[in-house]
Amino acid sequence: MATFKDFRNNVKPNWCPGCGDFSVQAAIQRAAANVGLEPENLAVVSGIGCSGRISGYINSYGFHGIHGRSLPIAQGVKMANRDLTVIASGGDGDGFAIGMGHTIHAIRRNVNITYIVMDNQIYGLTKGQTSPRSAAGFKTKSTPQGSIEQAISPMEMALTAGATFVAQSFSTDLKDLTALIEAGIKHDGFSLINVFSPCVTYNKVNTYDWFKENLTKLSDVEGYDHSSREMAMQTLMKHSGLVTGLIYQDTERKSYQELLSGYSETPLSKADLELDQAHFDKLAAEFM
Amino acid sequence: MINQLSWKVGGQQGEGIESTGEIFSIALNRLGYYLYGYRHFSSRIKGGHTNNKIRVSTSQIRSISDDLDILVAFDQETIDLNYKELHDKGIMIADAKFDPKQPEDTNAALFAVPFTEIATELGTSLMKNMVAVGATCAVLNLDIKVFEEVVQEIFGRKGQQVVDKNMEAIQAGFDFMKGKLSDDVELMELEKADGLKRLFMIGNDAIALGALAGGCRFMAAYPITPASEIMEYLIKKLPALGGSVIQTEDEIAAVTMAIGANYAGVRSLTASAGPGLSLKMEAIGLSGITETPLVIVDTQRGGPSTGLPTKQEQSDLMAMIYGTHGEIPKIVLAPSTVQEAFYDTAEAFNLAEEYQCPVIILSDLQLSLGKQTVEPLDFSKVEIRRGKLVTEELPEIENKGYFKRFEVTEDGVSPRVIPGMKNGIHHVTGVEHDETGKPSESAANRNAQMDKRFRKVENIRFNTPVHKNAPHEEADLLIVGFNSTRGAIEEAMSRLEQDGIKVNHAQVRLIHPFPTDELLPLVKTAKKVAVVENNATGQLANIMKMNVGHAEKVYKLLKYDGNPFLPHEIHTKCKELF
Ligand SMILES: Cc1ncc(C[n+]2csc(CCOP(=O)(O)OP(=O)(O)O)c2C)c(N)n1
Ligand code: SF4
Ligand SMILES: [Mg+2]
Repeated sequence: MATFKDFRNNVKPNWCPGCGDFSVQAAIQRAAANVGLEPENLAVVSGIGCSGRISGYINSYGFHGIHGRSLPIAQGVKMANRDLTVIASGGDGDGFAIGMGHTIHAIRRNVNITYIVMDNQIYGLTKGQTSPRSAAGFKTKSTPQGSIEQAISPMEMALTAGATFVAQSFSTDLKDLTALIEAGIKHDGFSLINVFSPCVTYNKVNTYDWFKENLTKLSDVEGYDHSSREMAMQTLMKHSGLVTGLIYQDTERKSYQELLSGYSETPLSKADLELDQAHFDKLAAEFM
Repeated sequence: MINQLSWKVGGQQGEGIESTGEIFSIALNRLGYYLYGYRHFSSRIKGGHTNNKIRVSTSQIRSISDDLDILVAFDQETIDLNYKELHDKGIMIADAKFDPKQPEDTNAALFAVPFTEIATELGTSLMKNMVAVGATCAVLNLDIKVFEEVVQEIFGRKGQQVVDKNMEAIQAGFDFMKGKLSDDVELMELEKADGLKRLFMIGNDAIALGALAGGCRFMAAYPITPASEIMEYLIKKLPALGGSVIQTEDEIAAVTMAIGANYAGVRSLTASAGPGLSLKMEAIGLSGITETPLVIVDTQRGGPSTGLPTKQEQSDLMAMIYGTHGEIPKIVLAPSTVQEAFYDTAEAFNLAEEYQCPVIILSDLQLSLGKQTVEPLDFSKVEIRRGKLVTEELPEIENKGYFKRFEVTEDGVSPRVIPGMKNGIHHVTGVEHDETGKPSESAANRNAQMDKRFRKVENIRFNTPVHKNAPHEEADLLIVGFNSTRGAIEEAMSRLEQDGIKVNHAQVRLIHPFPTDELLPLVKTAKKVAVVENNATGQLANIMKMNVGHAEKVYKLLKYDGNPFLPHEIHTKCKELF
């Protein structure tokens, strides 16, 4: 059986020392080993950004695509081979700005993949512009007077879009994060895990200390029930979204692939590509 | 007796104009006639003039006819907009309900037949189409029995009574019209057809069927005219093969999902028209640099922007060749007939895997939507070739080294493994990368990978890069076209020959990489070259000049008003060159 070390490759990440993304990488590697995967059965698809580099730092199949499109690529991979474990990942700009349309539709489509967002409230790779996760008033290179737009609330948004698995974590909580990723992988449907992953270089406001001060663990919220969408919504609103843990899970709704009629039970990538002549003749006859 | 006939039915959109044309065509196709249809419609569902022009012939035709024999009109607008197409002995059959008025400047005869009234008396005004079909039969002296089978198929589900009523409506239309036809009206009786069974389909049907035959098992697409039929067909057929179609949130999702599925080993398709292709451009580059097979259909329509969404145009040529930033190897095919659309689509999946690059199948609205008779498709010609896809077990790689997915090889094509394969792990990225897929910006690596990628398509093997009909060693004129202009060019060519002009014809089927070697001899041996295309700037002509040279001989024959070429237009304009 593979251990987390088997999911390490020999590429040295080019992230800044102290970047939150290192822990996300470690958590994915641990979770993959913990759920009993072999490296060749994991595909990590990522977007563009500092965070997007993650697919190159894990010893598994990896696809580093284009900005904002990790989700449709990942869904395509999963549709082609339902036996693969597919993780999509990227930054807050990748998933909540340029890729927001895909995020909402991946949530409602509910293909059985896991989406991990490294949310640093800023654009790292392009050297510090505002992100849709930046708070109002946040000063960046592109918002020198402070952002005058409202930050989006991805967890609430996911709930209203019909998500079946919504979780949030903090990159330093390696144990909790690993457990959430494991749960996400095991969840039969789309799982969204937003991870506060500080950018130590460009975000001087939402720092490690800031998160430590402001985050509330759902395990500390008395009577919290992650099967209640209503409670999830209320709790998120009460804490301005700054909670960590499993926020909501719906174990009833079937994944897209379970609901899809005719969909092959074995990986489509192994299907025989040849039609037989009789089948073809039948198809052609419909045009006569 | 005549050997071909041109019939048009028109009215308001949503009035059943489509089904009138459909019933008429299917029945005649089954008698062994060759049909070619053209739909005039606009981007709305109800209201607005629509018509369906159908040409019937005892031999293969691939173009709309210049004029019209019979016009069936459900409203005055249909008469006013279309009567000029009728020749002197043409006939208008119009619903008496709207009190049709004869235009002054035509000798074509107008017959008012109470379509609606007869239909209502028989039970429902919905059957007015059937009355019109019956009235047409009287002019053609065609036994209405030929409709029994089709009517049974269409209305059988609704019970025998509905079938009988519809047949009665056809009969009543026939009888009424027959009573009106005096001796001095010439009947338009078609010569008997050969009775052979042939297909009757639109280009999009052939593309979709070609995809199935070619091993496509997944499609991701976003609806758009004139491409939607491809996804609609595959939605019906793929589940039986374990596959599926996802209607995505937009075209970017469609193309990237198809890239993901292709990367993971499933032959996958996406299809759209110009606006969608514009959105897919960045992803096409991704497919190029990551060497992920991808098949995309572009059914061209009038652009730019929403342009003329329901009209014919061929203006995406340059965008398909050059579109996406940066430089990638790419293959662009342009089938010129429905048959070719079938074979080329199936073959596109082979090319995509063999050359590990995007393959664009260019179609145009008239090829995609024009319903026509098609000779039987030879399924035995379809092969599945997967190029350098690795299927056997791989040896273990020491020290977590990566598989050389982008190995620099002589032909530029590297072995390809798909996720799930042991010992095949590698990285794929749109960033420039080394042989194992790891990002690399070194100049030497950049050159090695760029050169390798372009080497792949240096000598691509494609069965018929140019469809040639070149009877003359030395020609006065070479006519060049692509996609659906083929039929009109063929007819113009035979008329020019009758005028004593020696004409060769080349229809370019492989647009990119451009088949210069195939065309050069034809251009050299022609005094003049006319490039016929449905766009305003002469895109194919410009590409010809760039690749083949001889710019001084090249004349642009352009039409961009939204309508396909008529044979006489090409004939006249070519004659003017001499
Ligand atoms: C189509 C396109 N537009 C813009 C860019 C430039 N770009 C690269 S990454 C990025 C934003 C990155 O921010 P985020 O997704 O939050 O990732 P981070 O770097 O913070 O991890 C942008 C705008 C691009 N690569 N592609
Ligand atoms: S710029 Fe920020 S997000 Fe990017 S690597 Fe450095 S710390 Fe991480
Ligand atoms: Mg960010």
